Amino acid sequence: MLEIKNLHATVDGKEILKGLDLHIRAGEVHAIMGPNGSGKSTLSYVLAGREGYEVTEGSVTYKGKNLLDFDPEERAGEGVFLAFQYPVEIPGVASTTFLKHALNAVLRYRGEEELDAMEFVKMLREKTKSLGIADDMLKRPVNVGYSGGEKKRNEMLQMAVLEPSFAVLDETDSGLDIDALKVVAAGVNSLRAPDRAMLVITHYQRLLDYIVPDHVHVLAGGRIVRSGGKELALELEKTGYAEFADAAA
Amino acid sequence: MADPRTLDTTKHIVDRYDAVAGALPGGALPWLAERRQAGIEHFKAQGLPTRKLEEWKYTSLDELRRVPFEPAKPVANGISTGTLPTLVGAEHRLVFVNGHLRQDLCAICMPPEGATISSLGHALATVPALVEAHLGSARGDEDAPFTALNDAFLTDGLFLHLKPGVDLNSVIEVIHVSVGQSGPVFQHPRNLIVAEDGAHATVLEHYIGFGQSPTLANAATEVVLGEGAGVRHCKVQAEAPEAFHIAMLEARLAKNASFDSFYFASGAKLSRNEIRVLLDGEGADCRLFGAYMMKDRQHADHTTFIDHAKPRTTSREVYKGVLDDKARAVFQGQILVRPDAQQIEGHQLNRTILLSDGAEIDIKPELKIFADDVKCSHGATAGELDGEALFYLRSRGIPETEARGLLVEAFLQEVIDGIAMSGLREPLGARVARWMGTRPALAGGTE
Repeated sequence: MLEIKNLHATVDGKEILKGLDLHIRAGEVHAIMGPNGSGKSTLSYVLAGREGYEVTEGSVTYKGKNLLDFDPEERAGEGVFLAFQYPVEIPGVASTTFLKHALNAVLRYRGEEELDAMEFVKMLREKTKSLGIADDMLKRPVNVGYSGGEKKRNEMLQMAVLEPSFAVLDETDSGLDIDALKVVAAGVNSLRAPDRAMLVITHYQRLLDYIVPDHVHVLAGGRIVRSGGKELALELEKTGYAEFADAAA
Repeated sequence: MADPRTLDTTKHIVDRYDAVAGALPGGALPWLAERRQAGIEHFKAQGLPTRKLEEWKYTSLDELRRVPFEPAKPVANGISTGTLPTLVGAEHRLVFVNGHLRQDLCAICMPPEGATISSLGHALATVPALVEAHLGSARGDEDAPFTALNDAFLTDGLFLHLKPGVDLNSVIEVIHVSVGQSGPVFQHPRNLIVAEDGAHATVLEHYIGFGQSPTLANAATEVVLGEGAGVRHCKVQAEAPEAFHIAMLEARLAKNASFDSFYFASGAKLSRNEIRVLLDGEGADCRLFGAYMMKDRQHADHTTFIDHAKPRTTSREVYKGVLDDKARAVFQGQILVRPDAQQIEGHQLNRTILLSDGAEIDIKPELKIFADDVKCSHGATAGELDGEALFYLRSRGIPETEARGLLVEAFLQEVIDGIAMSGLREPLGARVARWMGTRPALAGGTE
């Protein structure tokens, strides 16, 4: 599904990713853990195609295509989704309007039929229900005045609506209490499928109690310094990231 | 036709006045003839404004000065009800083409008792004393050359008079059409709206244009509000690309009157929309809202002056604009609080999105406060579209053009949603979308 080879990326001329390798197969959930400043968010933005995140070396192959050739909207069309750590507020654009534009744009890209207003509302109602989202929230402008939990649920809703093949969840657990965390995790788990892969980026092990990964990687100093199974997360919880400070240097 | 290279604009215009003066409406009314004469004398003395004048510092009329305009002649054909865009299903519609009433395109339903809805030309012929009593009465102490010119050439426009307590529930739509003729033409529309004590009206002024050759609409609208009267006014300026549009709206409010103004603009090569409001009675309140979109090399000047002449008067002003390509806009917002005008509230906000590096806005807020119990504020911002929001939308599959459109629509919709004539929110929102290219134009002349 996704093959990252020797990825180097700079932000404002400063190298953040320094030769990252990662291979994710369809159906797998990978977790990337690491200390602050290790390059976790940079990786997620590079995958989503954010301006200002420049790839200087290496490659990212997604379903056999060079992902880096695509604009952000094309990546979404290809089935890549990034759940933002800090979802952006968009005053004046109602969530429903936003979701409809997004879904229809993606369907158009995929050469599928757009949904009409009725079909869209029906589909949306089902998805919001399972995520415990009130209709009222969708009438409000995107993320404006949303609580931390509402913002993250809204990210999960967008993911559920767009049905990506490959989703990156960037610190989706940050700012969530345990109940919200469970809801969000349930939303993620319901999307797990043999033809879908996920990359869960997190600082804490907590989220991985609910979204159990197939593989865990430690990112430090812009590289994957250690990989293992789900037990690696538990180990990190005890030992912390101190030992990787050297590896990063 | 005069040679543009050696054109003495002032003399050219004065000569045109001398040529047509005898044929202008209301010729038998000495007071009107006097006013016309005073207007042309005044214009002659001042000439067209230059950038040396503080209030014209950011808007150059050099291009306009070079055009040898001729007084526009009536256009009898080529325009039908079907070709006129209409924004609301207005009950009363008056259409003026090149400043002249087109009776065949008008529709006036039976107005309620105490309401006079007609053309100014018709009013001059039928109720001259009523016109005399109010024409020019909203005028402050300023002496603007274009309004003087309008006084001189005054031809036609809306005349609305409401006796005390008359509440006109329906919208009056006035469409002024500029049609380029064989050469450049100018016209001087004049609208007079009088709401006596406790009367209420809603007026939509719509300026459009056809044709390739330059036109100049030098419009003047006066709004006179008695005690407790209320006027909701909306103006849509969608003139042709070669048009010049210079307009002055003057409103005078008596005690507890309220005036609500919305200006929506996307047309004309060069436009200046000036609004002057005199809050002349305790408790008078005005709201001036505006939304505009300009591109190519359009120049749009928005100049407002709010005079808090009496205590406990309030004003709120929000103007938002979007500029693309090499478009330029000006916002000059003056708020004056006179001595002894206590317990005043005046708030002003100006926000601009610049979609290209070549676009430019000049903002000049000016608060002159001579009383001490006053709450006044002003704020201004100008910048690009929010890059984070743009990326967020794109990361969800929305193509860049569509994402930019959504953000611009949202930005302007905020002020459009504040429009008192709620029926205009949707069609004006659609115009923003169309301007951004996010939604195609609907078929037919209406939207």
